[in-house]
Amino acid sequence: MRRVFRGSGVLRASALIAITCTSLASLTSCKRETRRLRESPPSATPGGAVRVSSLQPGVAQDTTHARNLYEGNAYAVSEGQRLFNWYNCSGCHANGGGGMGPPLIDDEWIYGAGPEQIYTTIVQGRPNGMPSFAGKVPAQQVWQLVAYVRSLSGLNPASTRSARTEHMMYYPGSQALPMETSPKQAFRPPASEMP
Amino acid sequence: MLLLQTLRGAPNQSVLESSGPLADRVESLWWFAFATASIVYLATMGGLWWAAARARRRERQGEELPPDGERRMTRGVTIAVSATVVILLVFLITDLTVGRTLDPVPRKHPITVELTGKQWWWDVQYADTSAQGRVQTANEIHIPVGQPVLFLLNASDVIHSMWVPNLAGKKDLIPGYTQSMWFQADTAGDYRAQCAEFCGLQHAKMALHVIAEPQAKYEKWIDEQRKPAHTPTDSVADRGREVFLTGQCAMCHSITGTSAASHNGPDLTHLASRRTIAAGTLPNTRGALAGWIVDPQQVKPGTHMPPNQLAPQDLDALLTYLQSLK
Repeated sequence: MRRVFRGSGVLRASALIAITCTSLASLTSCKRETRRLRESPPSATPGGAVRVSSLQPGVAQDTTHARNLYEGNAYAVSEGQRLFNWYNCSGCHANGGGGMGPPLIDDEWIYGAGPEQIYTTIVQGRPNGMPSFAGKVPAQQVWQLVAYVRSLSGLNPASTRSARTEHMMYYPGSQALPMETSPKQAFRPPASEMP
Repeated sequence: MLLLQTLRGAPNQSVLESSGPLADRVESLWWFAFATASIVYLATMGGLWWAAARARRRERQGEELPPDGERRMTRGVTIAVSATVVILLVFLITDLTVGRTLDPVPRKHPITVELTGKQWWWDVQYADTSAQGRVQTANEIHIPVGQPVLFLLNASDVIHSMWVPNLAGKKDLIPGYTQSMWFQADTAGDYRAQCAEFCGLQHAKMALHVIAEPQAKYEKWIDEQRKPAHTPTDSVADRGREVFLTGQCAMCHSITGTSAASHNGPDLTHLASRRTIAAGTLPNTRGALAGWIVDPQQVKPGTHMPPNQLAPQDLDALLTYLQSLK
């Protein structure tokens, strides 16, 4: 190493900068792949009801929402992708394209696109077909599903999205495609074809 | 001798304890390679020692190299290289010969088992005349002694590999491609098989037990497996059944004879008849089962079984029900 750097100060400095930048850049990927396999307490479903609004009656309390721990985590997104088929979400939402149920790769969210909103949609069920999964799917897995569902329309960080999905991806911003245009400008089917 | 004992490993999972015609051939190939390699090793080490000692003696006595030294050296190297090539060729030929004798499936194989590798357990299905057309179980295969059994291997997620060292060589399970292998057990016993292709976090805890038993005992076992699950008669087990069917369990597991029919996880129709749970990780006892249900990530971090939050009396009832599934 020493011999390489002896030649010129510029070369040496630039090599040092390159090494520092590479190691710093690799540090950012650590969090991306963290595998939270065992939540504590192990068998508890966290926090019961999830707050979807900061408004509240009675005495003012801490208004922070239950946050999705898995939002920026690639492992959780891929686990969510597996569960999406295991629990037959694909039976109605067809890999995100929609069928019997509404599509998930567009920017239309009847009951909200926030992590907490998707969580409550899954847990409580919704009119006209969405069943309630309360007591059927543990909270940890629901949050993983939330992370995956949001990744379908490009709502979580691009670094968490699977690069090897077999699912639909003809929208910019959906799985594995770089975000070229925001989902707002993306193609939308005419109203008559909306589910 | 001590080294050999160490190499042998556990008696129920060892290439050197063959219990079937295929494993016999693999074992003799192993001994042949071991003996040849040992002789070559000893000869090389001895030669090296001899050469070093001779050079030292010459140096001490101030001897010159003999005039034809260069030629003798060339001859020595040529002989050593040709011996190496010949030995490697012999290895290649014996290896291929043994491989070819293992491959063909005997025309008469009364039992066919479909084995599917999953992260991280084994799905076992016997083609059968029962109502469902098959007998389904997990992580445990029973076979009659002295009969060839055909295995159709597949995988549903990543590549796994089936290896029962006492009975046969390895064969990979590849997603979307059915492979076949066969073996036969000549002596009764409980042989441990292990996934032999790294397949993710819990690869090490992906075991399979092959239980070879006399024909009559096997028939009795498969007759039991054909039946739908035992319906509980007491109120505790009945409550356990309700917990199973209305909670998280039925989202992934199936029990024939009930409405639970999901095939994400192992079939539990005759869970209590199995020796281990979680693919050979824990003994099938009430305590182990309870720990596994409540906190599987402690036992097998990364397993696809999620933790289950159950009220104490519900867990108790569930355990009673599961233990009644003989």
